[in-house]
Amino acid sequence: MATDNTTAVTVRDLWLNFDTVPVLERINFEVKVGEFVCLVGPSGCGKSTLLNIIAGFLPCPRGAVRVANEPVTGPDPQRIFVFQENGVFPWLTVRDNIGFGLTRRTETERRATVAHYVEMVGLKGFEQSYPRELSGGMRQRVEIARALAAKPSIIYMDEPFGALDFITRLKMRADLVRIWQQEKQTILFVTHDIEEAVQLADRVFVMSPRPATITTVIPVNLLRPRDLDAPGYLETRDQIFDALGMSHRLDGAGT
Amino acid sequence: MNIHRLTLPLAVTGCCLLAWHGGVRLSGSDLFPTPGDVALGIVELGRKGLLVKYIVASLFRVTWGFTLAVIIGVPFGLLLGWYGRAFAAFNPLIQMLRPISPIAWIPVAILWFGVSDLAPIFLIFLASVFPITVSAIAAVRNMQPVYLRAAQNFGLARVELFRRVIFPASLPQIITGLRIALGIAWLVVVAAEMIAVNSGLGYLIIDARNAGKRYDLVVAGMVLIGLIGLVLDLLMRQLEQFDEVRWGYGNR
Repeated sequence: MATDNTTAVTVRDLWLNFDTVPVLERINFEVKVGEFVCLVGPSGCGKSTLLNIIAGFLPCPRGAVRVANEPVTGPDPQRIFVFQENGVFPWLTVRDNIGFGLTRRTETERRATVAHYVEMVGLKGFEQSYPRELSGGMRQRVEIARALAAKPSIIYMDEPFGALDFITRLKMRADLVRIWQQEKQTILFVTHDIEEAVQLADRVFVMSPRPATITTVIPVNLLRPRDLDAPGYLETRDQIFDALGMSHRLDGAGT
Repeated sequence: MNIHRLTLPLAVTGCCLLAWHGGVRLSGSDLFPTPGDVALGIVELGRKGLLVKYIVASLFRVTWGFTLAVIIGVPFGLLLGWYGRAFAAFNPLIQMLRPISPIAWIPVAILWFGVSDLAPIFLIFLASVFPITVSAIAAVRNMQPVYLRAAQNFGLARVELFRRVIFPASLPQIITGLRIALGIAWLVVVAAEMIAVNSGLGYLIIDARNAGKRYDLVVAGMVLIGLIGLVLDLLMRQLEQFDEVRWGYGNR
């Protein structure tokens, strides 16, 4: 298997059936260290399931998933998952949530790390608040800060902004790109939102409907932060629409 | 707003007391007491030093029985909720023992513990340990899977997993279980004291009936039981206000 230390995640010939229904077929890809990859596909195509297998929450049915050249056997603090349904612990304050994975550090280190990431995700002043007192976007910021504070090499994100309103989503994307540019983790990000993929990713992996496979890999060579009106932006977006087999033009003019 | 919250319940209670008073007067009963007779009965108990003594005796038994039930029921329930095989092994037995009224255990309690404080404490323990255990089991089983997955992701296992995630995630529902259990414990202490001991509010009721048909003291005992039950429930409700558990109670 040709992998070197510039490859963060390798998926080789992964297949999955639910009972007799084929869900994932012949999935093959590599994610480079420090790369931001978006997995885009229609709803229900199995992209979330794929991410859960890669993260080790579900067993690898057939094929191989390797992270840093080791086969994945389960979840690991080196690879933190940010959940769609928000996995922030409601019984802990913002500060304790963000410090959740830091029990092996000294108290001083822990406090400094928490303060650093509270600042980074823009939650200063809310350290003592409980999640129920925060908006959906702020709760998702807590979860991202909790992931970052654990200093993982990889972050898996499963439609983390799916439940947020449009404006909040735009703001979260911009902040995520800014944070990623500072922190340089590898990010594998699942979404069904094409605009989101174009704004975030170095490369976009487009998945087909079930049984899903990766049909197209689209590199996004646009400068960040990305301007929604830039010609390259629309071109990339159209490429993804085409790869998904649909026209974004709904005016009847055809493709 | 606050005035209405007080006036309406007070008005209803006042009307009921009036109806009670009128009813007794109209019937011409000389055994059944009026509210005034009951109030005088309570004052009499206070003067004799029995009021505090009996209340303390009942609360003492409830405290011990209930505390034992919490110490055993909560960890046991958490474990059964978490380990499916332990649940499968114990659940049929629990479901069989649970519907047996603690009152039915009175003869057994007397046989094992004699006429001592241990008998009612045992009965209170029995009455409250099942609702506590069952609520802890349900709390673990209803836990949002995302908390568990997040915890696994951060490498938590066994003791740490229980201490830092399973227990706090279950706590709101466990506290609701404790409230119900304490209500049942209070019901049972009174019933238990009617038979096995010679102090407490349950004993007061039976003793007042047997020693001279003092129905003013019988009803005084009943009123005291009701008031103390109300206070206990209000205290338990305060537990639901803590920040660590308030997330579990919707938007109340």
